[in-house]
Amino acid sequence: MDALLVQIDGIGFWTPGVPDWAAFKRALESGEILAIDATARPSPAALPPAERRRAPESVLIASEAAGQACAMAARDPATLAGIFTSTHGDLSITDAMCATLAADPRELSPTRFHNSVHNAPAGYWTVAAQCHKSATAISAAHGSFAAALIEAAVEVHAEGEPVLLVAYDIAARGPVAEVAPSALSFAVAFVLSLAREASTLLRLSLRSSARAANDDVPSSLARLASNPMAAQAVPLLAAIAARRRTTIELPAGDGTSLDVEVTP
Amino acid sequence: MPTRIAPLAITAFTATSALGQGRAAHADALGSDRGGLVPNDFTGASLPCAIGRVAGLESNVVPPAFAPYDCRNNRLAWTALVADDFLNAARAAIERYGAERVALIVGTSTSSIGATEEGYRTLDGDRLPEHLRRPALHTPHSPGLFLQAVLGTRGPCLTVATACSSSAKIFAKAERMIRVGLVDAAILGGVDTLCDSVLFGFNALELVSPEPCRPFDRARSGISIGEAAGFALVEREGDARAPRLVGYGESSDAHHMSTPHPEGLGARLALADALARAGLEPDDVDYVNLHGTATSKNDEVEAALLADVFPTRTRASGTKGFTGHALGAAGILEAVLTLLAMQEGVVPATLNSREAEPVCAAHLAIEREERAIRVALSNSFGFGGSNCTLAFAAGAAA
Repeated sequence: MDALLVQIDGIGFWTPGVPDWAAFKRALESGEILAIDATARPSPAALPPAERRRAPESVLIASEAAGQACAMAARDPATLAGIFTSTHGDLSITDAMCATLAADPRELSPTRFHNSVHNAPAGYWTVAAQCHKSATAISAAHGSFAAALIEAAVEVHAEGEPVLLVAYDIAARGPVAEVAPSALSFAVAFVLSLAREASTLLRLSLRSSARAANDDVPSSLARLASNPMAAQAVPLLAAIAARRRTTIELPAGDGTSLDVEVTP
Repeated sequence: MPTRIAPLAITAFTATSALGQGRAAHADALGSDRGGLVPNDFTGASLPCAIGRVAGLESNVVPPAFAPYDCRNNRLAWTALVADDFLNAARAAIERYGAERVALIVGTSTSSIGATEEGYRTLDGDRLPEHLRRPALHTPHSPGLFLQAVLGTRGPCLTVATACSSSAKIFAKAERMIRVGLVDAAILGGVDTLCDSVLFGFNALELVSPEPCRPFDRARSGISIGEAAGFALVEREGDARAPRLVGYGESSDAHHMSTPHPEGLGARLALADALARAGLEPDDVDYVNLHGTATSKNDEVEAALLADVFPTRTRASGTKGFTGHALGAAGILEAVLTLLAMQEGVVPATLNSREAEPVCAAHLAIEREERAIRVALSNSFGFGGSNCTLAFAAGAAA
């Protein structure tokens, strides 16, 4: 494929114990094993107080990372089209909904049902941000992060406007956790725009690849790899944070990988 | 406003729904007012309502080579894929352009969650039963994984899951990927199957009608849920007779998770965006396939927008009385119905509806109308305030 070049205007980051991008950079530099309180939840300023209390965890972590990225980019969230991606969607809702349906389907809560759609984080975000731009929720299993980078870069180039990318997975619960494992919650967000050289650049090239992509999560951050989205994203995030000029190979689905050339 | 896009050729398309497998069954249904809704015989627990059910999925397993992906949703995807020789058309495109130059973009709402539901109904202790311990069945990208295994594409492959706009938005994704030069063609699929989540979920929201749905009827009482799958192959160039994707618009209501914006703001933005990309004025539009869920609120908002924007020479109808609301597959199913309406010169009836909402009565085809359709739109709106309008034009020699 032809390479797509974009720049990063803002980054948001959230995982229990590492509440923003600066904390992630500190954790990476320190080389110390991450301390993670798996019960922590963010309280995203982007959401109204009532939603901060009652919104599903996927909405909270996606909104937290998205809000941070927009603030760093100094972009009004209302002006940004969004690409939201998750490997598995909100596994907590999947677990609760399937358990209710198995026990007594007529007890299913209407709110839980409308929160179960894959685009719930995108929906809550656009309502809170009063954003009327396109928001798209996608998944590509363990190629979800690469797919979202491609899709966001395509929109940046096709529409000539910056795009918000939000990638997240929450911790899995219940019987579904065995087939969709995820041990903690993690979200990252980028504001991406057309490259102007003043910022970190990403050059994306998708290619056929016989072997699985093999960029590793740094050993001090190994615990993060128990989240499927972090396992996909952290090698690239570590390169960006360390301002390394390098090429990261991201898994992009069956027989393909995405080369991401990072120019700090 | 966006700039005008170059039209894309739709060189192959097909659908499977309660109306049958393939284009001929759908064209026949539209041409004879034959609906596919039947009393609910799907759910284990009683739920009196009408459903659009695809016959034969219980026994129509996917080929043995793809057995790990076997589930109701992927069976429906397979059933639709092999109709109208679509699979061979897709394979020929992959051969022509190279696997790396073809995108595979799938739209779904519930994916194969029916398999997860089944696992929870039949737990082995606190684990899913052994035959359902297959990760590819319990993830939103399940249809994308299955279809990529079947087709072998090596371009971008993703599943769009924005509730009921999912498989409309995939057309927008494809156009952009082709325009920026990432790929030369895209295989687009939408698939959603009946499952307890949606039947009892919409029931919990008090949106399921006890009778077959009646879009835009003054006495409408909610949706009927259906299952469907559809496919389209889009390329830069194609036979002059092939219909064209000429525009699309996407927007967000920014209003509520499951209630449309009261003035239809997001729908209006998507419509304006689609017309601008197509270089069309409302007066150019011959037919609008409405989202028309038959809920009180959706149809009220969409009817007002229709009446406000279009002249009465623009005909409109809702086809969910034929198929039920196919949710994540509705976008591509109704795109296919719109293309068939253009091909056959038929404005489909708004089946089951008898007395139109007064505001749109002058536009709405309650009964089938025979007339040439050169330019048509299809609306899809979903939870989360996700809106998409598609614009199509008939092929030059059609």
